[in-house]
Amino acid sequence: MRTMGLAGLDELVAALGRAGYEVYGPRARDGAIVLAPIAGVADLPHGVGDTQDAAFYRLRDRGDAKVFGYSTAVQGLKPVLFPAHELLWKARKTPIGFDVEDADATPPKPRAFLGARDCDLRALAVHDTVLASREFADKAYGQRREGVFVVAVTCSDPCGTCFCVSQGGSPKPQEGYDLALTELLDGDGHRFLVEVGSERGAEILAEVTTTDAPPTDTAAADAVVAEATASMGRTLDTSDLHDVMYAAADSPHWDEVAARCLACTNCTLVCPTCFCTSVEDTTDLTKSMTERHRVWDSCFGSRFSYIHGGVVRESGKSRYRQWITHKLAGYQDQFGLSGCVGCGRCITWCPAAIDITAEAAALRAGLTTGATDALETAGETR
Amino acid sequence: MTTTTTTPTVAVWKFASCDGCQLNLLNAEDELLDVAEAVTIAYFPEATRAMLPGPYDVSIVEGSITTPEEVERIKHVREISGALITIGACATHGGIQALRNYADVEEYTRYVYAHPEYIETLETSTPISEHVKVDFELRGCPVDKYQLVEVISAFAQGRRPRIPTYSVCVECKRAGNICVPVAHGTPCLGPVTQAGCGAICPSFNRGCYACFGPQDSQNCHGMADRLAALGMTSEEMIRAYRTFNATCEPFQAESLRHERARKAGAEEVEA
Amino acid sequence: MTATDVVRDATAPGPMAPRPFRVVARRQDTHDTATLDLIPLYGEQAKWRSGQFMMLYAFGVGEIAVSISGGALPGEPLRHTIRDVGAVSHALVSSQVGDVIGVRGPFGTSWDAMDAVGGDVMFIAGGIGLAPLRPSILEAMRRRGEFRHVILLYGSRPGEGFLFTDEIEDWERNHGFTVHQGVRAGLAAVTSAPTFDPDHLLTLACGPDIMMEVAAKTLVGKGVPADKVRLSMERSMHCGIGLCGHCQMREAFLCVDGPVFNYDQLIPLLATEEL
Repeated sequence: MRTMGLAGLDELVAALGRAGYEVYGPRARDGAIVLAPIAGVADLPHGVGDTQDAAFYRLRDRGDAKVFGYSTAVQGLKPVLFPAHELLWKARKTPIGFDVEDADATPPKPRAFLGARDCDLRALAVHDTVLASREFADKAYGQRREGVFVVAVTCSDPCGTCFCVSQGGSPKPQEGYDLALTELLDGDGHRFLVEVGSERGAEILAEVTTTDAPPTDTAAADAVVAEATASMGRTLDTSDLHDVMYAAADSPHWDEVAARCLACTNCTLVCPTCFCTSVEDTTDLTKSMTERHRVWDSCFGSRFSYIHGGVVRESGKSRYRQWITHKLAGYQDQFGLSGCVGCGRCITWCPAAIDITAEAAALRAGLTTGATDALETAGETR
Repeated sequence: MTTTTTTPTVAVWKFASCDGCQLNLLNAEDELLDVAEAVTIAYFPEATRAMLPGPYDVSIVEGSITTPEEVERIKHVREISGALITIGACATHGGIQALRNYADVEEYTRYVYAHPEYIETLETSTPISEHVKVDFELRGCPVDKYQLVEVISAFAQGRRPRIPTYSVCVECKRAGNICVPVAHGTPCLGPVTQAGCGAICPSFNRGCYACFGPQDSQNCHGMADRLAALGMTSEEMIRAYRTFNATCEPFQAESLRHERARKAGAEEVEA
Repeated sequence: MTATDVVRDATAPGPMAPRPFRVVARRQDTHDTATLDLIPLYGEQAKWRSGQFMMLYAFGVGEIAVSISGGALPGEPLRHTIRDVGAVSHALVSSQVGDVIGVRGPFGTSWDAMDAVGGDVMFIAGGIGLAPLRPSILEAMRRRGEFRHVILLYGSRPGEGFLFTDEIEDWERNHGFTVHQGVRAGLAAVTSAPTFDPDHLLTLACGPDIMMEVAAKTLVGKGVPADKVRLSMERSMHCGIGLCGHCQMREAFLCVDGPVFNYDQLIPLLATEEL
């Protein structure tokens, strides 16, 4: 294994730039860590940590020089690879009808992500399944996704809303990266242990000044992972969770959540696996040109389930039920995986402090004897 | 610029208001040229001296009803209009001047005017829709110029305006804004407020003031509990829910709930 | 009847872009419902199966999901029967011969009425729900000799009117269909037990959720296996290809897993309101 210093990291960003990538990395902006284009290590959040809890996010001064010492950024990779707004096509009236032209099909500049966490990569894998591996694929997503280069980073400081370990994740990136770094800062200095995950990862790394990592660095990196694994802010009991969620469909607890839920859509829009969208048409004043745009949408909106004659999910409780049931159960049936990677963003960024782990636990606890019996029966027949 | 008799005629009317919404139509400079080609601006005292006689295909009404004269005038506007669109918080929900609905207007008049005996005004400021049938209400204080152009286009083209009714949070998240209540502790009414402004205030790290009125699935009670958690007092909450859209039902109900609690001298607001 | 059975139109530029189709015939069916026949401006006619739907686009107004009401034989124009219930459907219903509208599709699962060959087949329609059933009814008519009883139960709301009345008369008179038709008549007819053999009956139903659910429950109560009752479900279909999320009903994407489902798949989904 190789190791490099801060200067090496800067060389890595430069090498990615030379290879044609637009490099995204963590930056502090407006009191939060966001993923945004970076030019070098100078742009990284030196010594910045974060404190997160339900409806609470604050940056803090770590008192050290770490550049990846925060937990989850405000968003995962979703806003870049599955943008909030996208032109699908334009149409123009012609003498005989109208012509439709697809949006500009020029492949975008490939992106490299520096600082992606395991939860980000697992969310990416969910989107790959949902958007790019079924009968109908999202072509634009596929194009943006194809060239992505990932420099993942081990999570050293999980926050109060993290529960990736409950969802099968780990502070240490498992797969889906080209290079993976573990940031070490101790008496031996500030350095990054590098693991290579792909051939092109090795090629890029060859352009960077690195040295052989001493065994003590490997041990130190293992210690970082062990400590982070033990300091998850939250947990989620996933045993029979799929069946628990379905069995809880008529739970009185939904009313209790609905009293707090503001139907603001924030949980869905920060969720790295949520994929619901709507199209919006724009028409010029002469009605000769029209464009179709796709935008992020949310199952919490009233119009989301509208069909002529009314809204299918009229009540707030039915919308929250739709969301959490889809995340924790529906995805399994649809895609063979959980829709939740345990990143905790929905908890942090819910302005009403609604906590998916707490609500799932309450729904489980609230299952009546009858429902529990039904659950067992369901388990037997599955 | 060409206008033909086939383009719809549009009239713009002002009631009790600050003119800001009409000015936003004028501010839509580039779009306005297209508007002028697609419709005939037949009556728009703010912008032009040319006044074509009615009736008009589309009337755009700014302002609320605050005087007996306005009560009669809006009826006349309705009679000579095909579609009637109200624009801005004054026209849709009574506006800031609807704060008078919670106060003693006679007393105010005495303080403000040297000769209050010449002032003829109503006890309340009310939305246009309380007086005549309204075909579409465009929210905001002021309205967003792009939304205004969209509404005019839609009526000119005989389709439904594409005006979202979800929360401001949707616009914040699409824009990549950092959530101000969560990350800064700044009280923000965005979760209960209808989108349309482009999340202007949160884009500048300020809380939303709810000038676009309630979103379609608002939970004002739940919102108040969260504002209280951020340190807002009941008195501040009454103001927050009353500023621009004091007469709209969900905001009014919530402000009254806090007012009753305050009058009762209760520490805790009733559940 | 799985998603992979979907017949895709290879000539479409992309699944999200509509193709222009010209209205070549228009018939006013009831006061608010019209049938349009469509042929593509460019390229080949779309290929579809009975029960599938298209996304129809009115230029500059918007797009809605509409089931195909025409037969699926090669050479037939694409036919849609549309009820004027909103801005887009109003624009579509208002289009005249010569106008051009956009078409995406076909999408979704099919009725597969021929599974009933050798036995009885029953069509249960509520209001506009007769339109999506018509392609299968035409199949049953053409191959009438391969079925025993063919039953049509067709009810509509007061004032709604009836679709395809001339054809229904033809099916009854000349093709040996048993028809029960009237205002709110379909459901009553199910309960009054028309002639069918529950062990050899395939039922295809399309109408309001509640009508279909009551009909399915009644039939199951009479001994019809739940997987021999097929319902066409409607939710907010936007993309038609399982990507936008709007039409989800718990784990089902109605646009690709449906719209036609066997009732046994739907029992748990219909048990909870607002799912």
